[in-house]
Amino acid sequence: MIRLERRRRQSRAWALATPVLAVGATVATGMVMFALLGKDPVEAIRTIFWAPLFDPNLASYARPQILVKAAPLVLIAIGLSLGFRANIWNIGAEGQYIMGAIAGGATALALYPLDAWWIFPLMITAGIAGGVAWAMVPALLKIRFNANEILVSLMLVYVAEQFLASVSIGLLRNPDGIGFPGSRNLQHYESAANSELITGTGIHSGVIAAIAVALMVHALLRLHRLGFQIRLAGLSARSAAHSGANPKRLTAICLAAGGGLAGLAGIFELAGPAGQLTIDFNVGYGFTAIIVAFLGRLNPLGIVLAGLLMALTYIGGEMAQFMLNLPAAAIQAFQGMLLFFLLSMDFLSRFRIAFGTARIN
Amino acid sequence: MTEFFEVGELSKAYPGVQANDRVSFSMDAGEIHALLGENGSGKSTLVKMIYGIVRPDSGRMTLLGQPHAPANPSVARSRGIAMVFQHFSLFNALTVAENIALGMHRPPRARRLDDQIRATGSNYGLPLNPNARVGDLSVGERQRVEIIRCLLQDPKLLIMDEPTSVLTPQETGILFATLRKLASEGTAILYISHKLEEIRDLCNNATILRAGRVVATCSPKENSTRELAEMMVGSSFSAPERSNSAFGEPLLEVRGISLRPGPTFGTPLKEVSFTVKRGEILGIAGIAGNGQDELVSTLSGEASVDSGDILVSGASLGHMSLESRRRLGLLVAPEERIGHAAAAEMNLVENAFLTGADRMELARFGIANWRKARKFAEAIIEKFDVRTTGAASYAGSLSGGNLQKFVIGREILQDPLVLVVNQPTWGVDAAAAAAIRQALLDLAASGSAVVAVSQDLDELIEMSSSIAVLNNGRLSQPRPVANYTKDELGMLMGGTHDIRLTAEESNDSA
Repeated sequence: MIRLERRRRQSRAWALATPVLAVGATVATGMVMFALLGKDPVEAIRTIFWAPLFDPNLASYARPQILVKAAPLVLIAIGLSLGFRANIWNIGAEGQYIMGAIAGGATALALYPLDAWWIFPLMITAGIAGGVAWAMVPALLKIRFNANEILVSLMLVYVAEQFLASVSIGLLRNPDGIGFPGSRNLQHYESAANSELITGTGIHSGVIAAIAVALMVHALLRLHRLGFQIRLAGLSARSAAHSGANPKRLTAICLAAGGGLAGLAGIFELAGPAGQLTIDFNVGYGFTAIIVAFLGRLNPLGIVLAGLLMALTYIGGEMAQFMLNLPAAAIQAFQGMLLFFLLSMDFLSRFRIAFGTARIN
Repeated sequence: MTEFFEVGELSKAYPGVQANDRVSFSMDAGEIHALLGENGSGKSTLVKMIYGIVRPDSGRMTLLGQPHAPANPSVARSRGIAMVFQHFSLFNALTVAENIALGMHRPPRARRLDDQIRATGSNYGLPLNPNARVGDLSVGERQRVEIIRCLLQDPKLLIMDEPTSVLTPQETGILFATLRKLASEGTAILYISHKLEEIRDLCNNATILRAGRVVATCSPKENSTRELAEMMVGSSFSAPERSNSAFGEPLLEVRGISLRPGPTFGTPLKEVSFTVKRGEILGIAGIAGNGQDELVSTLSGEASVDSGDILVSGASLGHMSLESRRRLGLLVAPEERIGHAAAAEMNLVENAFLTGADRMELARFGIANWRKARKFAEAIIEKFDVRTTGAASYAGSLSGGNLQKFVIGREILQDPLVLVVNQPTWGVDAAAAAAIRQALLDLAASGSAVVAVSQDLDELIEMSSSIAVLNNGRLSQPRPVANYTKDELGMLMGGTHDIRLTAEESNDSA
C-alpha cells in the first residue's frame, strides 16, 4: 500500500530540487504533447528554450524581449510574494497593474507637452500610488469587515478592465488620434518615455527597478523586523501577534506592497514597451506573476530566476507558434503544466511517499 | 500459577527511538497498578500495544493464561480490555446515551440502555442523566460518560490514561472511590499518571519507566514522592524553595477588567480585579475554559478590554499595544508553546528575537542584529539548561519541556517587572517542571511580580503566596495559600451552582 506521510520538517533539499524537477517534468510531458500534435518534440523544445537565447538569427531580437517581459513579472511577483508569505492572498495584481498604468499615464498626459526632468519620477510615483490605492480596497474591506481579499481583489480586476476601456476611448483618448481608441503614445513624449537605457539590450528603468526591488525585499526579509513579522505571520498568526505584529497593519502593508509594485510595473510598461493606453493594454502579467511567485518559492532571488524562465517560455512559445505552427493553446497548456508540476512536486517537500501498512504513533 | 495479566519482554522501536525495550510487568486481578514515567518514557506506546492500537516488534502478553496479541482495539475490547483516554472522544451535540451507544458493538434499545447507564452509574457512584447533552456537561461528568461506556463492556482490565489531569480535587475523590470499588470486584486497573501523590494514594504497585525500559517496580505507598520522582527522572533534583521575604509595593494592578465574548475568545471576563506586589507570586487556579486564555490575552495586549484598566507600577496601560506594555516591563508567556509562544519552523535565534527584540535591543531602526539575538538565545539555552543541539535548531525539534524552559527563560532574562505565565509546566516532565517553578520563585525573589495561571493546584500551592480562582470569567478574591484548604479550592474551581455563589460573594465583598 502506498501512503503519504507528513514530514516532520519541510525538506530543504526538496525545496531546492522541486523547481528543477518541475521544469524537467514539464519538458518531458510537453514533448509527448507536441509529438501527439504531430510536431517534432525535440525541435519544439529547442525552439522554446534554446532558440531565443542562442539562435544566431533570433537571439538578438529575443534576448531583449525576455528582459522586457521578465521585468513586470518579477516586480509584481515580488510584491505578491510578501503577501503570500503572510497568508494574505492578493489575486488582483492585474487590476492594480492597470490602475497604476492609468494613474501614471494620466499624470503624463495631463502635463503633455511640457518638457521637464521631473515628469518621469512624478509618473512613477503616481503609478505606484494608483496600484496602492486599488489594493487598499480589499485591504480596508478585510480590516474593517473581514471580507475575503481573494474575492475582492479578483473582482476589482474586472472593474479595472472596464475602467481602462472607458478611459482609453473617452477621457484619455488621443485628441489627435483621428477618432482611433487609445491614448497618446508616451514613447513619443520624451519627458515621459521609459526608453531603453542601453540600445538593443531591452534594459529599461523597469528592469533596473526589478533587480533593485529583489535585492531590497531580500534584505527586508532577512534583516528587517517587518520582514521577520511577515515570515512569522505566515507560520503562525498567533505567534506574530505575540511578537507584537499588528495583523491589520500587516494586511495593509502586504496588500500595499503588492499593489504598489504592480502599479510600478504598469507604469513602466505603459511608458515603455506598450506606449499607449488601449483597451487591450493588459496582457495577464498580474496573473502570470502568481505562478512566477510560487515558481520562485516566494523568495525574491528565486523570483528573478523564475521570471526570466517564464519570460523565456513566452518568447520561445511565440517563436514555436510562428516557426512550427504550434497552436497557441498548446503553448498555454505547456505553461500550465509548469505550475501543475511545481505544485505537485511541492507536495513532496511537505509529505513523503511511504510504502507498507499504516502505523499509528 | 499464571498471573492475571502479564507483559513479557515487550519491545517496540520507531525510527530513531526505542520506545519500549524489553518491558515486563504483571498484574493480579483486583490490582491497581501505576505506570509511572516522564513524557516520552514509553508509557503511551506500552498501553497502545495492550489495547491493540500498536503491534509490538517482539515480546508476549498473556491475559488469564491465554496469549494476548490483539490485532486492533475491537479485538482487545472483546477480550475484556477497556481504556479511558486522556482526550475524550465524545460528540457534544449528542446525549449521553447516544454517545455511549455509538461506542458499542451492538447497542441495546434506548430504554434499556438508559436503565443500564443509570444502574451502572449509581452502582459506582457516577450519577449521570442519560438524556443530558454532552456539550452541557462539566469535564468531570464527561469523563464519567467515558468510564461508564467502558464499564458497560464489563472489562477485566481497565486502562486509565492521566484521568485526573482535568479534574477538581472533589471529582478526583469520586473517581478514586469508583476505581477502588471496581478493583474490589476483581477488575484490574492500569493507572497512568505523573501525579505522584495520587499514585501513592491509590495504587498497590507501580512500574516505573524511563527511556523505554522498566527501571523499578515498587510499592508506591512505601516510597516518598521524592523517591518516586527520582526513580522516574533517574537523578536527584531539588524541590523548589520559597524565600520568605516581605512583599514590596504593588507592581501590577488589574482594576475591574471586562471582556465580551467574541469569535476568538469564548468566555467573557467579568470585572476581574487583583493586585500583585513586588516579590509576590499570585496563583490563578481554575479549570481550562473558564477565562484563562482571555485573561492572559488582555494582560498581554493581544485582546483589548471593554472596560477596566491595567496598571504597571502605577502607570495605566490598559489601552497600550503589546509592544508598549513589553517596554514598560509587563511580559507574558502564553500557554501554547508551539504556534503562540514560539514558531516551530523558526530556529531558536529567531524565536529569541520573537519577544526579545525590544527589551534586549536586538533591533535598531527595525534592522535586526542577529549576532546579538544569537547571544541572547545562547544565554537562555545556557542559563535554563535547554537541551538542544544549538541555537540554530528549530523550535519544533525541542521536546515540550525544553521548549517550555526556553520560552519561560526568554521572558525571565528580559528582566520583567511583571511576568504572567499561563500553564507554565503543562505537559512538561518532572525535572523541567521543577526547574521552571524554581526559576519563577527566583524571579519573584529578585523583585518582580509574577502571575501564574495554572490548572495544577499542587503547583500553585507550591509556588504561590496567594491564590485566586477563575471560574466562568469571574475571579475570586485572592487569599494567602495558608488560608485555604484543598477542598475549598476544589469547590471554587468546581463551578457547581451554590459554589459559584460563594465565589461571587467573595468577589463582591472585594
